[in-house]
Amino acid sequence: MTTTTSHTPAIAAEGLRKAYGGRTVLDGIDLAVPTGSVFSLLGPNGAGKTTAVKILSTLIRADGGRARVAGHDVAGSPDAVRAAIGVTGQFSAVDGLITGEENMLLMADLHHLPKHEGRRGTAELLARFDLTEAARKPASTYSGGMRRRLDLAMTLIGDPRIIFLDEPTTGLDPRSRHDMWGIIRERVADGVTVFLTTQYLDEADELADRIAVLHDGRIAAEGTADELKRLVPGGHVRLRFTDPRAYERAAAALHGVTCDDETLSLQIPSDGSQHALRSILDRLDTDDIAADELTVHTPDLDDVFFALTGGTDVPDRPEVAAR
Amino acid sequence: MTPTLALRDSTTMLRRNLLHARRYPSLTLNILLTPIVLLLLFVYVFGDVMSAGIDGGGADRAGYIAYLVPGILMMTIGASPTGTAISVSMDMTEGIIARFRTMAIHRGAVLIGHVVASVLQAIISVVLVGAVAVAIGFRSTDATALDWLAAFGLLTLVAVAFTWIAVGIGLAGPNAEAAGNNALPLIILPLISSAFVPIDAMPGWFQPIAEYQPFTPAIETLRGLLLGTEIGDNGWITLIWCLGLTALGYHWSNSLFRRDPK
Repeated sequence: MTTTTSHTPAIAAEGLRKAYGGRTVLDGIDLAVPTGSVFSLLGPNGAGKTTAVKILSTLIRADGGRARVAGHDVAGSPDAVRAAIGVTGQFSAVDGLITGEENMLLMADLHHLPKHEGRRGTAELLARFDLTEAARKPASTYSGGMRRRLDLAMTLIGDPRIIFLDEPTTGLDPRSRHDMWGIIRERVADGVTVFLTTQYLDEADELADRIAVLHDGRIAAEGTADELKRLVPGGHVRLRFTDPRAYERAAAALHGVTCDDETLSLQIPSDGSQHALRSILDRLDTDDIAADELTVHTPDLDDVFFALTGGTDVPDRPEVAAR
Repeated sequence: MTPTLALRDSTTMLRRNLLHARRYPSLTLNILLTPIVLLLLFVYVFGDVMSAGIDGGGADRAGYIAYLVPGILMMTIGASPTGTAISVSMDMTEGIIARFRTMAIHRGAVLIGHVVASVLQAIISVVLVGAVAVAIGFRSTDATALDWLAAFGLLTLVAVAFTWIAVGIGLAGPNAEAAGNNALPLIILPLISSAFVPIDAMPGWFQPIAEYQPFTPAIETLRGLLLGTEIGDNGWITLIWCLGLTALGYHWSNSLFRRDPK
């Protein structure tokens, strides 16, 4: 991904296990995150994402397995790990009783930054995260998006080389979400390694170099977004008609179609490329058939996710919903 | 982790706790109110009866002030840890504690910050309650500068001991409400000590309860220092109580804090 990749991965885990009172949350997961890359752990609520972050960030101990972060064993030398990482948890880790600025200065002090450096870093990050105006107000008065931004700013003031973000955009409005993505991308551009958990597939698709799908405490699949998308059956083009005669003629004219008589629609397997689309359109034009609607469906992470997490639930796709 | 860094982190945490106390003084003020109300109540409402009952002679309100004030001062120290237990418990539910745990800072700093802030608040409270006592006529008889210093040290020691216990109570409870309730014995203990009446004036079956608890020897020592009464073994007994409670509270709190959070 970047040229800063070194020999030791930023994060490496083997067979991590954790159970709470007999309930297995992590059932032996292996991870390897190269330095300078963005890794996303994707999974539904309760899949064990947060538990994985807690173990890797030294907050709790694993029941079994080994993990090294920044080259240090999380169980053996947690303080060395802590010195290299920054964590933004799922629940905002800000002190609500004091102001945003005081929160930042508190972090600067705990990172043992010299006074002037702490003040400068605080001012810069508050400005970057659009919090300068609110800096002197108690953090408890902040909106959800502001708290999350302050949270991340507090994580960044020590300039950590590895950042854990546990569902950084859950509960944020679309605007704040995009802001957050922009902020994360900036850090990645600086060569920071990011370990991100999310339940949003588009977020993983948007940010991550590699994605692991966590399901029932196990890694169900791992790879780049494209690799994962290849795991599920390919895409298709869908044609919908209002005129039954046009529908029938189109069904006869095109090869390998799947017909749905009820909705008068046809599905043609296709990779969605310009070439494939043109050949379908040419075929329709030749026979002078007009479709009322044409949609291209390429497999996305939703398909992968539902295929892997094996829900019998039919994914809530627009096409299905329109039936 | 070097001692310098441990000190630095603890100081940072102390600053945070003092900031909390300054922003939200209501908890501190509430705690201050109880000893002052009790002081005024016992002096002006019950004063005549109490002094007559104790001396077996006539009513002597001034004499009773002298008897009562050391007890009230010690009670101020005893009331302050309730606030500590509540604020520690509330603090632990804050996400920021999880953040502290993932940072390379001295592990004990969070708790030390709480303890030092609480002890400072307790001492300020004692000074304020003491000022009220002087205003209504309390005068120490022939206490030297050394006696005052020793009295101050004694109050601090007791404050440290009970604050560490309170931190443990705050960490052990599931929420702030439970922590507040569990800390209640710390408030009741001075009430059943020799703060208001001498042990001899209590019913026989009750005397051991009043005698074998930390507040009675501490109050008797303070009386000795401020009023020149007999201290006897009370000084040593108080010191042992304080050191024991501090060690117990310290280890209990730290082992609770080291547990994996849920």
